[in-house]
Amino acid sequence: MVALTAQEQAMLGGESGAAVAKAMDLLVRYADALGAERFVETNNIAGVPGSSPQWVKDHYAADGGDYRAVFSRYDLDSDEAVDVPRMNAFSCHLQGGMDPELWREQGMSEAAHANFASDSAEVEAHGIQLLKTCTPYLAGNMPVMGEHCAWMESSAVVFANSVVGARTNCEGRESTSAAMLAKRIPDWGFHRDDFRKGQHSLSVDVPVDSIFEWGMLGYFVGDAVQDTIPVITGSVSDANLIRHKHFGAAAASSGGVEMYHMVGITPEAPSVEAAFGGAPKGERFVYDAAARRRIYDSLNSVGNSTDVDYVMLGCPHASIEQVAEIAALIEGRKVHVNSALWVFTSRAVKIAADANGYTRILRDAGGYLMTDTCSAISQAVPKGTKVAALDSAKQVHYLPAMMGIEGWYGTTAECIDAACTSKWQGRLA
Amino acid sequence: MSTVLEQPRLVIHGRKVVGGIAEGEALVTQETISGWGGIDSATGTVIESRHALKGVSFAGKILIFPGAKGSSGWSNAFHLARLRGTAPRAMIFTVMTTKIALGAVVMRIPTVTDCDVDPLDAVRTGDWVRVDGDNGTISIWDRKP
Repeated sequence: MVALTAQEQAMLGGESGAAVAKAMDLLVRYADALGAERFVETNNIAGVPGSSPQWVKDHYAADGGDYRAVFSRYDLDSDEAVDVPRMNAFSCHLQGGMDPELWREQGMSEAAHANFASDSAEVEAHGIQLLKTCTPYLAGNMPVMGEHCAWMESSAVVFANSVVGARTNCEGRESTSAAMLAKRIPDWGFHRDDFRKGQHSLSVDVPVDSIFEWGMLGYFVGDAVQDTIPVITGSVSDANLIRHKHFGAAAASSGGVEMYHMVGITPEAPSVEAAFGGAPKGERFVYDAAARRRIYDSLNSVGNSTDVDYVMLGCPHASIEQVAEIAALIEGRKVHVNSALWVFTSRAVKIAADANGYTRILRDAGGYLMTDTCSAISQAVPKGTKVAALDSAKQVHYLPAMMGIEGWYGTTAECIDAACTSKWQGRLA
Repeated sequence: MSTVLEQPRLVIHGRKVVGGIAEGEALVTQETISGWGGIDSATGTVIESRHALKGVSFAGKILIFPGAKGSSGWSNAFHLARLRGTAPRAMIFTVMTTKIALGAVVMRIPTVTDCDVDPLDAVRTGDWVRVDGDNGTISIWDRKP
């Protein structure tokens, strides 16, 4: 049984209100399920609090069928609906179901949009930041080394643990919503030092120096080590935020990696010894030219027709640097009549893109800069899409399977060429 | 109806994840299961390409598997299955993660882990299984007793 402090006991007993008591009740059940012995305090939560499709609201019609009912009965898994106050922790809403302005272009109905707008208003009223992105660290929530967080979104979790040295498990909707009220999360997994040590070695023998290459390496790493922690050495270079973003998202998709060490690059891996921290050095994997070719072929195994009718960029959500690169690649060109280009980012980055003229350049070329969501989350692609081109290993892992379409993986430049010619001409150099 | 209860083929012991008692037909897989993007909550069916259970429904079954993988939307996908009435009746798993712990809690189904005998070896699809979550006891029959 999880041990409670006097304050936690009081919260569970209702001294901070009914909603906090329900949140603590769920967190205690969750901690006991994990076998956690205590809670850690957290003031950095990222989830999808209370947002729901209409049918979930209708499911709780007897409790009012509204945000209050869904937050209580579903998010807090409470047997009764209770009043939900403003959140107590610094709380952020991750990605959602549609673009707040371009939802018609995404094929959403008036009714779906009305539901979306209603949820957004409730999120705002409950003091939750409407970051609406899978990259909170690019939109106003960058944690620091050692900070205890409770985040959803596998690509953000692996970034926070590995690149920043913050501490979060891959939390779920209900645990993050409860933590927003109770400011507690079970002290288990990545909150604890012993859980953060490397488990397997992975040697990189071919140059990995671009977003495209980092994405493929990430996909290989996840496939190799599954959900364990790799210690990566060798010829990985030109590290930056975007490359880590693509690497982590890919590794989390192909295998469920929630933390990785890159020796000399990530903060908890100044050396191989430090990364393993005395733990046994498990298996040894090698990423060489043959492995690179195999991963490229695997990522492109769902591509057959070279007639591309949709190019989706921004998975995880594009940084301002990426939006600038895309704008530079497409300026003066046009998206082909048989194709479409949707680029996804956060609201915060879109404001910067608007200010820099990138949104207009994309629009003039016939593409869109969209926020809040992506084609996998919203299950929205341009009408009639059969073949997509993508620069994200994560998106090519998910989107074709979810939508029953073909998909190609390549560089951002190859994807822009495909958007402008409607032909896939990607290749492995 | 028989008055003498047939003895189970095997009884294994583990740790409570979620309490309660349930019994039903076993559905066993050696593969982890993805929630978001891996199941259809409306039908309780595994949809992941190349998964051994692709197209198979876990609704009302005793789901025995290594555990959860994939998106942080795992608990949400299985919670929605509970709302749709397509959740498993109980779960037994071998690898603890935050995803499966939270998913088990919000599905509110008897769940056991840390077993003294590997349930992935000891139980076959179609066996009749009784899960006593509170005591961490799993009883297995060849068929419904």
